Amino acid sequence: MDIALETEALDVRYGQIQAVRSINLVVPKACITALLGANGAGKTSTVMAIAGVVPNVSGKVSIFGQDMTGATPDTIIRAGVAITPEGRRIFASLSVEENLILAGAATTKSTTSAERRAMMMERFPILGERRRQLAGLLSGGEQQMLAVARALMSGPRLILMDEPSLGLAPQMVDTMFAIIEELRAEGISILLVEQNASLALEIADHAVVLANGKVAAAGTPSEIVGQDILKSAYLAA
Amino acid sequence: MDIWLQQFINALSLGGIYAMLALGLAIVFSIARLINFAHGEIMTFGGYGIFLSMALDFPILVTLTVGIAAAVVMALMMERVAFRAMRGASIISLLITSLAVSEILKVLFQNFISPRPVPISFPSLWSGSYQIGEMTIGVAPTVSIIVTISALGGLTFFLRHTATGMSMRAAAEDFEMLRLLGVRANRIIAVSFALSGLLAGIAAVIWTAQRGSVDPMMGTFPVLKAFIATVLGGLGSLNGAVLGGFVVGILEVLAQAFLLDSLAPYRDAIVLSIVIILLLIRPDGLLPARDGTRS
Ligand SMILES: Nc1ncnc2c1ncn2[C@@H]1O[C@H](COP(=O)(O)OP(=O)(O)O)[C@@H](O)[C@H]1O
Ligand SMILES: [Mg+2]
Repeated sequence: MDIALETEALDVRYGQIQAVRSINLVVPKACITALLGANGAGKTSTVMAIAGVVPNVSGKVSIFGQDMTGATPDTIIRAGVAITPEGRRIFASLSVEENLILAGAATTKSTTSAERRAMMMERFPILGERRRQLAGLLSGGEQQMLAVARALMSGPRLILMDEPSLGLAPQMVDTMFAIIEELRAEGISILLVEQNASLALEIADHAVVLANGKVAAAGTPSEIVGQDILKSAYLAA
Repeated sequence: MDIWLQQFINALSLGGIYAMLALGLAIVFSIARLINFAHGEIMTFGGYGIFLSMALDFPILVTLTVGIAAAVVMALMMERVAFRAMRGASIISLLITSLAVSEILKVLFQNFISPRPVPISFPSLWSGSYQIGEMTIGVAPTVSIIVTISALGGLTFFLRHTATGMSMRAAAEDFEMLRLLGVRANRIIAVSFALSGLLAGIAAVIWTAQRGSVDPMMGTFPVLKAFIATVLGGLGSLNGAVLGGFVVGILEVLAQAFLLDSLAPYRDAIVLSIVIILLLIRPDGLLPARDGTRS
């Protein structure tokens, strides 16, 4: 099995609080791996630790076979990782286009960046239409698309998606999940964090359930679905 | 009419200096969350750069370049030596660090250069004047207004139309997200310090040209006014800093020109009172920073 991302004994601490305890996680290439769990289970902490922006992390992280333990985010992003963070965090006071321009400039040369920008406007026509609008004025769904487009500007091979469906209208959730499946079809590996477990299990190839910062279960969706462990993990919060 | 126009030009010239200093403070604050009390010493160091080049008989353009470059280098060194190690510290720790940097630099200036003012003499063309109709207008304030407007215009262009400028605006909104896109934090912070140094260096050129000397405290007072300007404009707001700088400069010149002689000693107090009244009316400043809301 080809592996995009692997963590070994990952711990995350915020002062006295230990948010993540000894997590072993494997994200195979060109697959969707769902990371599930109740609010506060440690999903976002895990993602942010992998991305290199949490200070107190121990354990090992390797990305496409390279050891990335303790690496800074710019090294991790250059290794082929992109992130759509929880809450989207698009730059509200910049235009849609500026959001994409700065994302491209961070990692690629300007000609590649311009090509990718044109591709994004084509792929997400609504972003093309609203290119000059302030990103903060987009609807929630459009902002999530912008977050995905922004992540794609670096040409990633692995995307960490933290609750992409949060706060979206049902129809928009479907669109979002269709986009995620498209990305997988393009060969991109995906770590999909979701609170909406049943939805994520529908499209995932593998799933990991977190409870109180620990791995409570792992396996294929059919192994996980309907298990007591999933229900109890959600009730544990 | 004549006196009004002349005072207006003086006000714009002084306000422009405050605006550039305030903008430098605001850029660093919006990105590094640092209130840099050592900003005045960046300007002073630029002044000493000019003094040294003049002592070495450099041509005037080289002299001005050296002065501005000295301020940029000082700003970058401050970041590298003092503030980088403190990154992520509380705003109070950073503030105290910058106060320490400021005091240390002043002592170094006193001991290694001179505690007294050292002279700077710009070409005589500078102190000349010209006529428009019946009005006599000084070369110095005219040039300083043109330079200020060019600097502010250039910076606006940089922030609006270059990818680095966009990253700087994004950094003010959500620095961590910017890093998650692969942008190197050190680079963006260094650029913000370099820009603040550039603006302080340009301010140093105009200031020393008008005063004709440099001393260890040179930057202290204009930067104090610039601090007032950033608060008046709205802390962290770049447009606010520029507007605040011009407002403080205009109030100061008006107070100087039109106050009764008996009130002259209270000039700064009167200017500050007006600033406080403005802040009572608009507590977040004249043009508050858009908070980086995540929706
Ligand atoms: N910046 C932080 N400082 C302190 N505690 C935090 C911080 N971020 C998260 N936590 C705590 O860590 C635990 C896991 O949070 P998080 O990773 O956000 O969970 P999830 O994404 O699964 O909802 C929670 O108890 C949360 O309160
Ligand atoms: Mg979360």
